[in-house]
Amino acid sequence: MSKKDWPLWEVFIRSKAGLHHKHAGSLHATDEEMAMENARDVYTRRQEGISIWVVESKNITASVPDDGDMLFDAAKTKPYRHPTFYDIPDEIGHM
Amino acid sequence: MENTIENLEAKFQAKLDAEIKIEPKDWMPDKYRKTLVRQISQHAHSEIVGMLPEGNWITRAPSLRRKIGLLAKVQDEGGHGLYLYSAAETLGTSRDQMFEDLNSGKAKYSSIFNYPTLTWADIGAVGWLVDGAAIMNQVMLTRASYGPYARAMVRICKEESFHQRQGYEITMALAQGSPEQKEMAQDALNRWWWPSLMMFGPSDAESTHSAQSMAWKIKRKSNDELRQSFVDATVPQAEFLGLTLPDKDLKWNEERGHYDYGAIDWDEFWQVVKGGGPCNKDRLKVRNKAYNEGAWVREAAMAHAEKRAERKKNN
Repeated sequence: MSKKDWPLWEVFIRSKAGLHHKHAGSLHATDEEMAMENARDVYTRRQEGISIWVVESKNITASVPDDGDMLFDAAKTKPYRHPTFYDIPDEIGHM
Repeated sequence: MENTIENLEAKFQAKLDAEIKIEPKDWMPDKYRKTLVRQISQHAHSEIVGMLPEGNWITRAPSLRRKIGLLAKVQDEGGHGLYLYSAAETLGTSRDQMFEDLNSGKAKYSSIFNYPTLTWADIGAVGWLVDGAAIMNQVMLTRASYGPYARAMVRICKEESFHQRQGYEITMALAQGSPEQKEMAQDALNRWWWPSLMMFGPSDAESTHSAQSMAWKIKRKSNDELRQSFVDATVPQAEFLGLTLPDKDLKWNEERGHYDYGAIDWDEFWQVVKGGGPCNKDRLKVRNKAYNEGAWVREAAMAHAEKRAERKKNN
């Protein structure tokens, strides 16, 4: 990133009560206050949300794509973590 | 499997074939990255420069209803520029670099914005035709293989659906008004029709980037396919208004199931691309003026934020 650019922020929006905040996009701002104001103007022009989180991008720790196999493959061999792995007679109905 | 270039490229292609999106930290060929930076930043620049011909009419909109609609549309274009710049930045370029490329004239933006908006009817024609053509292209790009670009496009398409309707309503009001108003609408249509067709870019045979972009699934349809869809969609819209598209060769082709249309003046297209359009110089001048005169605001905001952070630390 060029030195002249303002810091980059990630924006998360809760679209309505009861739902998670979801990543909406990113923007540049000098500080958290401006990031919040810009997020409102850029990402909620049509009532898209009732709550905003802004996080400076450099503070996010992300997994490395190349580690994907190592991190996630093990779960593929564990079908017994899912309900359909267990046989229950139809007569029992929904369980 | 060892991470040789061949293996990485094969893995990359396998993902594209399986319709798995490419994300910022994934390995990608340099040329794919460069193509995307060029295309996404050009797209962003087009949104930003696109604010100029329309902004020209905000203070002179004929009613409050028209003014708030146009204001909201121009504000959207600014937002769309920002979504796209952000998407391009995930590929390793910077906002500052992109602005520099735009302001110096190195980067391109859609040539359509190098035409002037001479009368209020032009604002109708721009919304109806220019946004109509852009939406045709952008709906396709919601399925682009690069995740951040596709996601920006989804948001943009959702927001832009009002832009074209806004333009059509303006044109309709004029077409159904006095003879002078109808004449104004026809005159705007005459001037914007051909440049709108050129927005889809050179014909497939001439297009340098098309084939590779299709193989990479950045594009899903060719320039000519998109242009044909636009013509087919627009002809009945013009007929409804009682306006005439300025093309004597335009007629329904039963066999193809499409409208045939006349030859596009590609000399004009290339002349405008290369800087010889009616407004190229003026657009860049205005962009540079805004950027340079805003420099002190950007610097002051940064200095203020740094001072605040310092004060917080000391408390």
